[in-house]
Amino acid sequence: MSTNKLNVSAPADEPVIILTRTFDAPRELVFAAMTDPELIPKWWGGRRSTTEVDEMDVRPGGRWRFVEHDSDGNDWAFRGEFREIVPPERVTQTFEFEGMPGHISVDTMTLEEEDGHTKITAVSRFDSFEDRDGMLQSGMEEGAAETYDQLEELVTKQAQREAPQEASQEAPRV
Amino acid sequence: MSTDQLSDIFAALADPTRRAILIRLSEGEASVTELAEPFDISLPAVSKHLKVLERAGLVKRSREAQWRPARLEAGPLRDASDWLERYREFWEERFDRLDDYLRETQGQHGADRKGRSERAATHGEELDSSPSSNKETP
Repeated sequence: MSTNKLNVSAPADEPVIILTRTFDAPRELVFAAMTDPELIPKWWGGRRSTTEVDEMDVRPGGRWRFVEHDSDGNDWAFRGEFREIVPPERVTQTFEFEGMPGHISVDTMTLEEEDGHTKITAVSRFDSFEDRDGMLQSGMEEGAAETYDQLEELVTKQAQREAPQEASQEAPRV
Repeated sequence: MSTDQLSDIFAALADPTRRAILIRLSEGEASVTELAEPFDISLPAVSKHLKVLERAGLVKRSREAQWRPARLEAGPLRDASDWLERYREFWEERFDRLDDYLRETQGQHGADRKGRSERAATHGEELDSSPSSNKETP
């Protein structure tokens, strides 16, 4: 079991989501796991899924497509295009879930090594947020407060307030 | 929930004044005047922020009372929060597995601190076939 935790933040000043996570392994090894088609099935997908690399052409402009087969017999396909490969420190690629075509994020994974540990910072930039530049510009010059924390705080507060009236009315949405 | 609606919500949440307004509303409904009190901004500015929040579906304003109190709509907030949560789970599962894989690989190659000295020689050979070795910048 790992004590390295995934950190998620959605900063206020950019339409991005940032994930960070540290691995107890040197950077070359992490980079290889992310860019070697043979290694993708070892970690991509859920624990009870198997993943097939349908296509993975690791160079700028090259396509990738992974199909995940879950234990209920469902297939989930993800695809995109590599934009930039800088071994062993950075990969930029587009990411699209085929179940939601057209919603493409541009993901940049940066790998930093310190004392044999590697920190991945994955920044996902969402196209649809960018489309709304005009709106996003309004009053966004403030610092990068973490929307996610704020959201959680609000939702928790609201859930506590509404629990008596609303708890059983709303079916869980997936 | 559509991605467009999500963009509206995240854009609405991106502003600190609007977040403060939402936090105030999570304690109960309030009029524009009440909402403006803690801030150093004009009533029209507060109204503007409320419009952004309304458009994102985060706030509803009553048409009945003349002071038109605003109240928080929890549903869309929860949707946005759920969406982020699923996003987090998606990557957490993958990164956990990547972590397992990296530990296994290093364990096999004797690079961990457990030091299986007896097998060191064999592992030394295996290192050459490691997918990561010799993968320096081309």
